[in-house]
Amino acid sequence: MSTQIPKQTEESSETEAETQPASKGEERRAEKRRRAAERREQRQEEEAEKAAADESTVELKVFRYDPQVEGKQEPRFDTFHVPFTKGMTVLDALMYARDTYDSSLTFRHSCRQAVCGSDAMFVNGGQKLACKTQISDLEEPVRVEPLPHAEVTKDLVVDMEHFYEQMEAVEPYFQTDEYPDGELEEQRQDRANREKIKMSTRCIWCGACMSSCNIAAGDNEYLGPAAINKAYRFAMDEREGEEMKQKRLEIIEQEHGVWRCQTQFSCTEVCPKDIPLTEHIQELKREAVKNNLKFW
Amino acid sequence: MYEHDVVVVGAGGAGLRAAIAAQEAGADVAMVSKLHPVRSHTGAAEGGINAALRDADSWQDHAYDTMKGSDYLGDAPAVEALCQESPEEVIRLEHWGMPFSREDDGRVSQRPFGGLSFPRTTYAGAETGHQMLHTMYEQVVKRGITVYDEWHVMDLAVTDEDDPAERTCHGVVAYDIQSGEISGFRAENGVILATGGMGQVFDHTTNAVANTGDGVAMAYRAGVPMEDMEFIQFHPTTLPSTGVLISEGVRGEGGILYNSEGERFMFEHGYANNDGELASRDVVSRAELTEVNEGRGIEDEYVHLDMRHLGEERILDRLENILHLAEDFEGADGLTEPMPVKPGQHYAMGGIETNEFGETVIDGLYAAGECACASVHGANRLGGNALPELIVFGKRAGRHAAGEEMGEAEIETGRSGNWQPADYEFGVEVGETGGSGTAAADGGAVVSDAESVLGAAVDRAQERVDELLSRKGRNHAEIRSAVQETMTANVNVFREEGRLEETLADLREAREAYKDVAVSDPSRTFNTDLIHTIETRNILDLAEALTMGALAREEFRGAHWRKEHQERKDEDWLKHTLISWNDGEPELWYKPVVLEGENKTYEPKSRSY
Ligand SMILES: Cc1cc2nc3c(=O)[nH]c(=O)nc-3n(C[C@H](O)[C@H](O)[C@H](O)COP(=O)(O)OP(=O)(O)OC[C@H]3O[C@@H](n4cnc5c(N)ncnc54)[C@H](O)[C@@H]3O)c2cc1C
Ligand code: SF4
Ligand code: FES
Repeated sequence: MSTQIPKQTEESSETEAETQPASKGEERRAEKRRRAAERREQRQEEEAEKAAADESTVELKVFRYDPQVEGKQEPRFDTFHVPFTKGMTVLDALMYARDTYDSSLTFRHSCRQAVCGSDAMFVNGGQKLACKTQISDLEEPVRVEPLPHAEVTKDLVVDMEHFYEQMEAVEPYFQTDEYPDGELEEQRQDRANREKIKMSTRCIWCGACMSSCNIAAGDNEYLGPAAINKAYRFAMDEREGEEMKQKRLEIIEQEHGVWRCQTQFSCTEVCPKDIPLTEHIQELKREAVKNNLKFW
Repeated sequence: MYEHDVVVVGAGGAGLRAAIAAQEAGADVAMVSKLHPVRSHTGAAEGGINAALRDADSWQDHAYDTMKGSDYLGDAPAVEALCQESPEEVIRLEHWGMPFSREDDGRVSQRPFGGLSFPRTTYAGAETGHQMLHTMYEQVVKRGITVYDEWHVMDLAVTDEDDPAERTCHGVVAYDIQSGEISGFRAENGVILATGGMGQVFDHTTNAVANTGDGVAMAYRAGVPMEDMEFIQFHPTTLPSTGVLISEGVRGEGGILYNSEGERFMFEHGYANNDGELASRDVVSRAELTEVNEGRGIEDEYVHLDMRHLGEERILDRLENILHLAEDFEGADGLTEPMPVKPGQHYAMGGIETNEFGETVIDGLYAAGECACASVHGANRLGGNALPELIVFGKRAGRHAAGEEMGEAEIETGRSGNWQPADYEFGVEVGETGGSGTAAADGGAVVSDAESVLGAAVDRAQERVDELLSRKGRNHAEIRSAVQETMTANVNVFREEGRLEETLADLREAREAYKDVAVSDPSRTFNTDLIHTIETRNILDLAEALTMGALAREEFRGAHWRKEHQERKDEDWLKHTLISWNDGEPELWYKPVVLEGENKTYEPKSRSY
């Protein structure tokens, strides 16, 4: 499967030297393959031209960068013309572009339904989940970039490590000492309390809020809206009990905690799960003040 | 190389529960997952978790319902374990802080679900899976369990004795998506596969893009049989344009299905005179497609699901998430109009053959969750029975792998006991085509020490990646979509012999095409082109096995409907279909279903709703 390949990198011709000489049948098949690949390339070009000429296509300008690949080390924008279909989301358009024009186009995605939190990106200057953003709601050309204020790994993929670290810094797990006696006995929680924490439990760890936050951009240690919201989720959950709540308030009151927030609402605006983040942060500030007064 | 006692592949509900259990049993555990845990598709589950929690309910009733739902192809020891242990596992989740919906007295709420004789589906709004996934990940963080996230497991390190029952699994080989590094993960005690569903075999599915059935395909090629692959659940209410699921919770709360003539067809056309919309999923899916095929569909494609009469307050309280889904993904407002729905691939009942502890026929290799087949769901899964499977069998596999003594299994694996060979001739050649793909474990001296087995597996994976990256060839995407299209067109809720055979031929062609596949992105950084190309190979193997099973099973049972065979044939078919890879020459065989439970035998009854 070797000789017919038109262009070779050095590395691959080395591995080739070790392979067996090709049989007649293999040669024929390889020839067929080569022709098929040519046809495919040609078809792709044609499709791209056709798409560019067509009214009902969407023009995407997509950020490209790959630290390892020549020609991509300098960030650039590539333009893709994607045929528009009703109900098409930004994610659909990106997948089409990748599967049709350039298989190296890279972005995270999985659920396609706004629950896995993989595909937060910067679309026409705002943090959005690509799968939940309808193309028809956007101005053209649609500009798609990786989340700002995060290190770009490649194309639209950013390094999420820092975000995860902040999430995990707030002891993001349920803690209580008071379980009911029976093993099959649940803790009681009234509806109002479950309602109170409901919105805060909807976070899908997409990172949009953190990316939109000026404070987080300036203070790398700031816990950020999502982590504070996670703390809120537990602090307000009455099942944990008063003592734990004290501890929770201490965590969010630290130097890089709630007091950094300047109530700019940018996080609340971008959150794809409509979590009232700023309100939650404000409420924690009030709780913290109340709590401190108690000890005076 | 990394070394741990137990390596869990996959970090959805099953993987997380397995890791926690193994750690509690004293093992040093690591999770290896191609997605960060919170990205797993368990997060998409909406409706709920079945558990017999209340005095008026019992695990026996749950088991009876599950057996009936399975159309008597569930194995009683697994079904009973599920129903006995689900209550304690659900309460454990509550103790871990999971925010369940509540009753006025503060206890967790339960709602009715299709095929259940008691409202025993415990839920958290319409986002039960999201809450369950995050609650368990929180426990993993709390316990400091090591997670290697965005590592794609490519292969298992298994010895190569002729008889799979004599093989041992020593670990896995994984590709670090971030850096392109390939590494071995040695598992001293055991590897647990928890890689989830295989919805990407079809093109209209509720499953995630990452649900490519990797674990099933890897286990298959290592010698573990795939069980009951023909049984695929098609969910009756998915949004037509994306496949996004509208939970059965909508019908549980009272949502109604209408055809284009405004008829409540489940009753008016007699598909399920007792249970109507809440009949089992296969019944409702076939009813919908029949309506469409007979010209009573809307836009010749779908039917309507109406929940307006439930009232805004109830909808907002219990089904709010549904409103968002219908709005964002279909542009429909569930408060003011009916929602368009049609059947879509939803769940694989079949998968990696295991016993009730999650053990496979290969020593040290386990499976749990949707990728496994114990079998709890038999020919058809009841809604709300998959999430309890994750926590019950995740826990069991985790403990067993960590070395806890759990007694003798009643379900046999591999060709033991009363297995029988199949005498079915497939018109088309199946299996390995030669060329690329993972090499079959054959030839040469038997290497059995763990290090060499793992080392050899790493070398094979490295060669494969180097080859895919260096050569020129065709892109996998067109092959994948060809497979998905033929599967959706022909191996759907309606199946007939001729079209199943055509599908096998289409798949053969796709396999041939795959021999020329190459990755055009040369990068070692986050090369999703490479990952998807590897996944497509798995999709091919699974699609083929699924179609083989569908052809061989000449009866109509549960989700498997055959045009030429319109009844359930208990004399011939109270048995599981198994397909062994057999080093590239797939072999079909059968083993009897186990209907003997702890205290009683489940007598097959007609499955009417
Ligand atoms: C939309 C939807 C709604 C549902 N609703 C319900 C419901 O209400 N009630 C119910 O009981 N069931 C429901 N189900 C079914 C149930 O949710 C699934 O069967 C279950 O969540 C699967 O869990 P899992 O842990 O087996 O797999 P998943 O949660 O899919 O996790 C798979 C894991 O494996 C990893 N993985 C896969 N391949 C590899 C690889 N090669 N290398 C490394 N890691 C890998 C992934 O990264 C992921 O972490 C629903 C399913 C869907 C799709
Ligand atoms: S709070 Fe909202 S924006 Fe922030 S990570 Fe969670 S879901 Fe995303
Ligand atoms: S793909 Fe999962 S949130 Fe968008």
